[in-house]
Order: sequence, then C-alpha cells, then structure tokens
Amino acid sequence: MRRILVGIKRVIDYNVRIRVRPDGSGVVTDGVKMSINPFDEIALEEALRIKERGDADEVVAVGLGPDDTQQQLRTALAMGADRAILVRTDLAVEPPVVARVMLKLIQTESPIMVILGKQAIDDDCNQVGQMLAAIWNRPQATCASKVVIEGGKARVTREVDAGLETIEVDLPAVLTADLRLNEPRYVKLPDIMKAKKKPLDITDLATIGVEATPRLKILKYEPPQQRQKGVIVKDAAELVAALRQKGLV
Amino acid sequence: MNRILIVAEHAGGMLNAAVAKCVSCAASVPDAEITIAVFAADGAAVAQAAASIMGVARVLLVDHAANEPALAAVLAPQVARLAEGHSHVFGPSTTFGKDLMPRVAALLDAAHVSDVMSVESAQRFRRPVYAGNAIVTVEAAAGEPIVATVRVASYQPAAQGGSAKIESVKLDLAPPTHTRFVSVSAARSDRPDLQTASRVVSGGRALGSVENFALIQGLADRIGAAIGASRAAVDAGYAPNELQVGQTGKIIAPELYIAIGISGAIQHLTGIKDARTIVAINKDAEAPIFEVADYGLVGDLFALIPEIEKNL
Ligand SMILES: Cc1cc2nc3c(=O)[nH]c(=O)nc-3n(C[C@H](O)[C@H](O)[C@H](O)COP(=O)(O)OP(=O)(O)OC[C@H]3O[C@@H](n4cnc5c(N)ncnc54)[C@H](O)[C@@H]3O)c2cc1C
Ligand SMILES: Nc1ncnc2c1ncn2[C@@H]1O[C@H](COP(=O)(O)O)[C@@H](O)[C@H]1O
Repeated sequence: MRRILVGIKRVIDYNVRIRVRPDGSGVVTDGVKMSINPFDEIALEEALRIKERGDADEVVAVGLGPDDTQQQLRTALAMGADRAILVRTDLAVEPPVVARVMLKLIQTESPIMVILGKQAIDDDCNQVGQMLAAIWNRPQATCASKVVIEGGKARVTREVDAGLETIEVDLPAVLTADLRLNEPRYVKLPDIMKAKKKPLDITDLATIGVEATPRLKILKYEPPQQRQKGVIVKDAAELVAALRQKGLV
Repeated sequence: MNRILIVAEHAGGMLNAAVAKCVSCAASVPDAEITIAVFAADGAAVAQAAASIMGVARVLLVDHAANEPALAAVLAPQVARLAEGHSHVFGPSTTFGKDLMPRVAALLDAAHVSDVMSVESAQRFRRPVYAGNAIVTVEAAAGEPIVATVRVASYQPAAQGGSAKIESVKLDLAPPTHTRFVSVSAARSDRPDLQTASRVVSGGRALGSVENFALIQGLADRIGAAIGASRAAVDAGYAPNELQVGQTGKIIAPELYIAIGISGAIQHLTGIKDARTIVAINKDAEAPIFEVADYGLVGDLFALIPEIEKNL
C-alpha cells in the first residue's frame, strides 16, 4: 500500500485577531475559532491529488494535540483523507516532539511520503518537516509549489528567495507545502456525513512512547510594539514634499 | 566563552548580505567568539568576504564538489560535525537557513529557536509568533547546544574591515545521494534586491493586470526602489513569487516602503513592521494598511501614481 501521511495541526483560525493575555501567559483562546493550519490543508489537498492521479493508495491524516483536534481531523476526513490518527496530548508540543511522533507512526505505517505544512501559523517555527527528515534520515523538499511523482522519485519545485528551485528526491521523503502548491477543495455536506464513518484512531503520547519534555521554556508573551498611526496627506504633491523633507526621495 | 558558528549563505561566489546581520546577532551574545563556516565547491572568494566582516574570529572553509548548489540534506551533517565544541549555531532566517538549520538542530538534538529578533542572554531570545502578533521570550537550558535562525530584518549588518584567519577543513563525510539539485529559475533584474533595498514599492491586487503592474515598476525605477508584491498580486500572476512580502514571503526593513493597492492584511503587515517609513495608497480610507502607515494617501492609484511621478 502506497501511503501518504499528512500532518494536521489545530490552530487559531488565520482570520482571528490575535490578542496577548494581559498576564503574558499566552494568547487569548477562549471562544476563538479554531481551524486546520492553512498550510496543512494545502498539504492534504496535495496528498489527495497524488492519490487521485494514481500515485498513492491511501492518505492518513495525523494530528497531535488536545481531544478537540478530532474536529480538524474530521474535516480532513471530509476533504478526502481515508483515515485519521489523533495522538492526544494537552501539553504544548514543540517541533522536535512532533517530529518524533511522526517518526514513530512512520515505523508502523511505512509511508512513501509525509507531507506537512511549511509552518504552523501559531508558533511560526517552520521546523517539523526538516527535523523529521533528519531523524528519519531521508530527503526533504520544503516550501513545495509543485510536485511530480515518477518512478520512486519526486520532482519538487520549491519557493526560495531567489525564485523557484527544482530538486529531485528519492522516496520516501518529507515534503512541506507552500501557499501556491494548490487551492484546497471545499468540503461538501455529503462528505461531512461520509467522514463520520471513516476511522479515527485515538492514541496518546505515552502509548506511542514519546516524551514531551520542552527544550525551550516560554518565559512570557508580549504584544508587538505598535506603530504610531501617521497622517493622511491631501494629495500627491504633499506626499512627495513630506518624503523629500525626510530625505527619502 | 560562547563559541558561535555561523553558516554562510552564498550564491554565485557572493556572500549573502544576511551573513553580516547574523554576525551582529551573534555579537550581541555575551562573551562571544564568532566563527563563520563556508560550504562551497570553490569558496575562496566567499571565505575572503566572510573574513572581512568585523567581529569574526575565524572562517572555516569546507570545499567539496557536492556543496554547490546548496542542499540542506547535504550540508546538515557537515554543519553538525563542525558544530562540535560550539555553544550556538546560527544561520539566516532566509529560505536557505530555514531549510537547513532545523535539520542541523535535529542531528545535534539541540534546542532550535526560529527567527531570533533579540538576544537577552546566551540562553534567552525573543522571537515573533502568530505572524508577529505576539512576541515570546524563550529560554534554553544552560549547557545545551542552541541552533537558531536570525531574523535578518531585526539586525543591521556588522561593519566591514575585519581580517579573520581562514582555515581549510576536510570532512570525511560521504554526501547523501538521495537528494539532487535540478535547476533554479531566478529572474535576473537590474533593480535593487528586495531584501536589502533601502526603498521598496509594492503593488497589490488592485493593480488588476500584469500590464498595470508596470506602473509599480515605473515608480520604483524613478526612485531607485526594489519591487514587492502582496500575495494576491503574486497569486494573480502580476508579479513573480520571489517578490512576495509578508508572513510567507520576505520580511523586509527598508527605509521607505510604499504599499499601493494593498489592503494591509495581517500576513502582509508582518513583512513590513520594521520599515522605517510606510506610505500607503489606497482608495478605501478604511483599509487596515492606514493603521500602520506614516503617510496615507486616499484615492485611485491609477490617477495618483502619475501625479506622484510628476512631483518627483
Ligand atoms: C497562511 C497565510 C499566509 C499569507 N501570507 C501572505 C504574505 O506573505 N503576504 C501577503 O501579502 N499576503 C499573505 N496572505 C494573504 C493575505 O491574507 C491577503 O489575502 C493579501 O495580502 C491581500 O492582498 P492585497 O492587499 O493585494 O489584496 P486585497 O486585500 O484584495 O486589497 C486590495 C486593496 O486595493 C484597494 N484598491 C482597489 N482598487 C484600487 C484603486 N484603483 N486605487 C487604490 N486602491 C485600490 C482596495 O481598497 C483594497 O484595500 C496570507 C494568507 C494566509 C492565509
Ligand atoms: N501538533 C501537530 N500535529 C500535527 N502536525 C503538526 C503539529 N505541529 C506541527 N505539525 C506539522 O508540521 C508543520 C510545521 O510546523 P512548525 O514546524 O511547528 O511550523 C505543520 O504545518 C504541520 O503539518
């Protein structure tokens, strides 16, 4: 069975205005809309397309997080994942822990590919894929904007600072999805009904045998420095004059 | 003594400007001794450039045919080997550094801090999360190795004029063959580079077409600015992906940033928070971009750009 594992992280929806708690202990999460990390939705969409093209047989969505992560995994199933695995924990887990959990699952699932998001929009770490590839001792293709599978290899176009880079990696490999890889499909009502019957296995960190000891202690959260609101100028001439006075043009 | 190893990014025989910014960050770690590692096929010129950054104690040059073009899977084991005896390993928070450094951290089983924006102590760093809507202070355990990427928009480059000694190093590591470079398509232009330019003019969805986006280019050329774009403009094909500014594009800190026909979504603002002066041109007076703009001009960009050019 040619299987693809996809990482699904539950995060605060990207449209929510983030507020830091006054005591600096974190950001406000009460009553806040939670969603699949946008890059993970793209990762899942790509896995589904690879399967639909006949280059894979099964797509498994993997989430590590609190019990409520089941909601995001159900959405992943509704999008088309064949089954899901929730590794339950109430602790905030760092990228190396996520990577180790993924590696454990790789050992039982033997995937041809793991597709993750390039970064989680909460911690903005951009680490898990690269760390997983390292401890799995396999290739990585991060920030993918195009993926072509052919004969046990993947040809991946990556978004890099200079433009677009193409590399070829032997499978199995870890890929991470960038924004322009694809446009994720909308979930339709019948899919949501069907997803209720798909398997969602629940396990936890201890059962899997991974410790969540943090490497970095978070001492505090602060709001960013706010920029001063500036002035509205009345026309182009006034703008240019202001910029000229500051020596900017 | 904190012994800090910085991984040099380079291309075409040129040291990336981000490296001197990593040196500034490293120099803000107390009691730091700074080494730069250059991995290249033939890196003599790059090593020379690295050695001339003020504050650098030595440069390690690892020449190997497999080292160019740079592939994270090839470089990571070499960096991990050189990291022995160092307390910190830094790289720039560019696509190069972000690809490589977490792989290094995993090989070293080290703590990894992404996007360091300030150093509070040898173990304590501040970094942005939630697209810059919150800043966290994190602390690694004393005595553990720390791998980090340096948020380049937060640092000025260290000065030139140093003369570090350069040592050639041979590492008896067989490079992995499971990852192969195929090609890179980089649009060459004579315009200033987006990441280092002192002025940037960016266009958004409002430009409406590739043809209209030339208005942005025209204005940029008039004031010697680099060109940027919002995600919407890139997705619509008005500008290439490497010009995207924001959370998933480039984080920049120019003296002057002019946003034209860009609404100011939080993911875009993340990329320009450190700009010295922000100018916004938008026909919607309620657009969020005006919340952060030093100078706002409300009106139709198609009328205003020619007006601005006339006044220059
Ligand atoms: C995970 C994630 C990551 C993202 N990363 C990025 C990123 O890195 N960079 C980024 O830019 N976006 C990013 N986005 C997208 C972001 O949320 C916005 O969708 C995007 O920035 C909008 O681009 P825009 O401002 O050009 O378009 P719009 O929001 O459509 O704004 C167009 C603006 O033009 C104005 N306008 C229209 N016509 C005229 C005219 N004739 N004259 C003057 N003004 C006019 C309108 O009033 C409007 O304010 C990301 C989104 C997600 C979910
Ligand atoms: N708790 C998690 N559960 C599932 N996948 C995760 C989790 N954390 C991170 N990932 C995956 O790793 C990617 C990169 O995360 P990060 O390195 O934290 O930015 C995400 O886009 C996910 O695909």
